[in-house]
Amino acid sequence: MTQWSGYFGLILQGALVTIELTLMGSVLALFMAFLAGMGRLSRFFILRALATAYIEFFRGTSIFVQLFWAYFVLPFIGISLTPLQAGVLALGLNVGAYAAEVVRGAIQSIGREQYEACTALNLGRWQGMRHVILPQALLVMLPTFGNNAIELLKATAVVSLISLADLTFQAQVVRSQTGNTMVPFTTILFIYFILALLISWGVRSLERRMARGLDGVRV
Amino acid sequence: MEWDWNFVWQIMPTLIQGVKITILATLLGSVLAAIVGLGIALARRSPNKALSRTVGFLAEFIRGTPLLVQLYFIFYVLPDIGILLPPLVAGVIGLGLHYGTYTAEVYRAGIDNVPRGQWEAAKACNLSAGQTWTHIIIPQAIPPMIPALANYFIAMFKETPLLSAITVLELMNQAKSVANTYYRYIEPITLVGAFFLVISLFSVVLLRWLERRYGKIER
Repeated sequence: MTQWSGYFGLILQGALVTIELTLMGSVLALFMAFLAGMGRLSRFFILRALATAYIEFFRGTSIFVQLFWAYFVLPFIGISLTPLQAGVLALGLNVGAYAAEVVRGAIQSIGREQYEACTALNLGRWQGMRHVILPQALLVMLPTFGNNAIELLKATAVVSLISLADLTFQAQVVRSQTGNTMVPFTTILFIYFILALLISWGVRSLERRMARGLDGVRV
Repeated sequence: MEWDWNFVWQIMPTLIQGVKITILATLLGSVLAAIVGLGIALARRSPNKALSRTVGFLAEFIRGTPLLVQLYFIFYVLPDIGILLPPLVAGVIGLGLHYGTYTAEVYRAGIDNVPRGQWEAAKACNLSAGQTWTHIIIPQAIPPMIPALANYFIAMFKETPLLSAITVLELMNQAKSVANTYYRYIEPITLVGAFFLVISLFSVVLLRWLERRYGKIER
């Protein structure tokens, strides 16, 4: 029985890597989402075209292929990434493309009258965006961002295939060392589920906090 | 290392073999997901609280955990209790179950969108529960769902490379074996990406058409 505690330690280490990947990937995804989402709404054709190309490319190919491409093909053109860097890059860019559409949709969902009010108050494009549109749009984005973060968490399992020691990888290690399949895989399924619950709980409480100042405005 | 077109033509037949398996897995998985989703949606509407709660929790659990781990579970854990599945069957079951929990939500929304008056009219015409479903509710609920369902089937298509982790010889696995034989990663992995991008772009066109054809709900 003593050995199980050691194996459980391995799984916990894996959980830390998974959490780390999810956090770093989410930060990159959030950054890319706003960059590309606003890019699609830009006045300049070139920015719109770049943002659309990025979104369509990363939504059109599978995360798995993107990860392998980042890890195995980039070294041949001189960019060597560690598994962690490749994982964060692929996850962040992939989920960022999905989230960019959320940003665009949320900004477009804000009514015309809000933009007209900005003009009436003589706010500049950025001022209006920063003080009027985004505070309302963020609230619309949040629930979907939560779903995207859970998708990202689930996608981190794929990095085990480029030899990054996350939960799934450690479960495979435990499996090959103990010959027991049921225990490690059931354990990690529950850990993933708990992490997903934590994300959705966190997003819900964030949503309540952000909605506080906007009582009676909309939604 | 340079891009080599001769090598591309040399490996093309192998990759085409993989594409066939990828498409086969997607089609079978879609059929299973459509059936499983309907089952989950109906079970969650059941007046039997125990049934609807259990199915609801299971669906939530499957949606909150990574497909890759579920595939490992089906492929490596089930043999322990005497269920030995060929890789492709295990993969299709994994895809179907995972996406079934997503399509269940589409069915739920579709069924909820049928106006109350239709249920009441069915009752007024003295139709039995079975007749109400087959003649009144399902025919009205299905068409608006089609674009959303197709969306999930495209998402499933992009997840099929995960099947390579449980030794299904689909596109990604063929590409990896080619890459390992010749130690050239650029062409195979890039081609896999290109295949996915091309098929995804075509399916986006198909999706737009489906949206135009079925998306509008006449009231």
